[in-house]
Amino acid sequence: MIHARGLVQTFTTRQGREKSEVRAVDGVDLDVAEGEVVGFVGPNGAGKTTTLRMLTTLLRPTSGSARVAGYDVVTHSVDVRRRIGYVSQAGGAFSQARAGDEVVDHGMLYGLSRKVVEERGKHLFEQMQLDGLWTRMPKTMSGGQKRRLDIVMGLIHEPTLMFLDEPTTGLDPQARANLWEHIRGLRDRLGTTVFLTTHYLDEADTLSDRIVIIDQGRIVASDTSENLKTQVAGDLVDLELSDAAHVHDTARRLEAITEGRDSQVTIEGTHVRGRVPRAGRAVPGLLRDLDRAGLTLDSVEIHRPTLDDVFLTLTGRSLRDAETTARTGDGTDAPLPTAADAAGSGLTPGVPPASAADAPQGALR
Amino acid sequence: MTFVRESWIVFRRQLRMNLRNPAWVIIGMLQPVLYLLLFGPLLEPLISQFGATNAYTFFVPGMLVQLGIFGAFFAGFSLIGEWREGVIEAERVTPASRTALLVGRLVRDELQLLVQALILVGLGYLLGMRASVPGLVLGTALTLLVGGACAAASNALALTTKSEDVMAPVINMVMMPVLLLSGILLPMTIGPKWLQTASDFMPFRHVVDGVRSSFAGDFAANGLLWGGIWALVMFALAIWWGTATFRRENA
Repeated sequence: MIHARGLVQTFTTRQGREKSEVRAVDGVDLDVAEGEVVGFVGPNGAGKTTTLRMLTTLLRPTSGSARVAGYDVVTHSVDVRRRIGYVSQAGGAFSQARAGDEVVDHGMLYGLSRKVVEERGKHLFEQMQLDGLWTRMPKTMSGGQKRRLDIVMGLIHEPTLMFLDEPTTGLDPQARANLWEHIRGLRDRLGTTVFLTTHYLDEADTLSDRIVIIDQGRIVASDTSENLKTQVAGDLVDLELSDAAHVHDTARRLEAITEGRDSQVTIEGTHVRGRVPRAGRAVPGLLRDLDRAGLTLDSVEIHRPTLDDVFLTLTGRSLRDAETTARTGDGTDAPLPTAADAAGSGLTPGVPPASAADAPQGALR
Repeated sequence: MTFVRESWIVFRRQLRMNLRNPAWVIIGMLQPVLYLLLFGPLLEPLISQFGATNAYTFFVPGMLVQLGIFGAFFAGFSLIGEWREGVIEAERVTPASRTALLVGRLVRDELQLLVQALILVGLGYLLGMRASVPGLVLGTALTLLVGGACAAASNALALTTKSEDVMAPVINMVMMPVLLLSGILLPMTIGPKWLQTASDFMPFRHVVDGVRSSFAGDFAANGLLWGGIWALVMFALAIWWGTATFRRENA
């Protein structure tokens, strides 16, 4: 569905008199199969939207090539446009026009007849829980309703591939959860391939079959959430000893089961922590070992890694830090993280959850 | 055919939004009417000094061009609002022709200008203006050309700056010399030589002269020829600029 090789986008920025070239996207290779839901993750300023704008024919790549829905984005842009839907961060319906009118006009620009567009539009309104809002102005709609209206507009020509740029930014938790249902429905009910960008890790985790991580214009990882967590980050094992004198001995034993990875075993008071791939398999042995050596534990906690741990392992920065740098670095239009962001993402680098029960083991896919 | 259909869809959408919020249309309309009612009478005792006989036959053409220029210059402001809400992007991701996205909007601006021009001309008649029908048609056509040029330029400027805060001062800066050097209010011929020479370089002055000649029934006049040429040139350049802006990536 998407086949991109070596996509590059450079912008010239001016600071005072100095002109400098910024490589917003720096050689992106990307493959998305039909029917896949792919989450495109990275901090603000990483190049997500720029990549998306190249794939949707809105921006001509500086170099590299991409075939989207079977056609080249540069030489056959009109054929690409017919087959893709795109919901930008800004939306697409004018706040002071009637929702239904906007949908009809948008559909008619695809060459569809008024009758067909109205039928489809009204049907999509029902599916997206927008019944009764056909003549409403978007400015009187809630954030969630407005986003669903944008998605209706993006779907009106029945695209085989849907691009969603930060679909839930600024929504409250309930509206986000509701929108997630609808995004899942795109693939499950309509068979649409979905490519969505997000900087909310839980969103990528919940929605995507596969996650592609971009940082500073380059793809740094591409795999299922599960594989990324297992292979890249590993589980965090947190052992609390009853006697602080035993921490070094314990740390050595923990080190032994990290399969030679850079496990970064740390000692803090009576706690010994380290990352272990597939901890569920390795830890029972460790416990027996500790028991035999007479090293008694007060508690054992195993935390499944979050995608932020993955990001941290891959780039050496937490996603949050990366965002802060990106924002202060170029002062782009990146929206500040909202309360929903903080509450919803479960992103708490350096602060392990209070108990093992909180670890999102069951919640994972 | 597709192009006409796409332009029509864009035009219809724009018109619908204008009708829902006609504040701009009314404000744009009110200004020349006030000029006509409150400034026109001042010209009546002076008109013989301009080498003309009828104050309103002299004054209405100037007001028409002013309407065409200044009303249309503001057309771009609504485009910035649309751009901010993602409308332009959503339109650009459809297979519709980029030129149609501009043309649909221009047709809306031209229609608006035509309605305003008809009201102005009608009011002028009531106040005593006299002009032949061919003269009126030709004069209005010139006005529409110059208005289309300004609307296209305004749309291009809007998509380039993407900010009302940048656009407003730019338009103000352009408008003052245009108003003062194109003889809209008083004929440049009564001014000193240097001012007349300066106004020769103002394309809009020739358009004002052209519309005046046409209203006065003087179809052989040089003014009409040059007015027509300048109006066409400006129209062509502005359409080219506007289309280029809508086509350009990243707009």
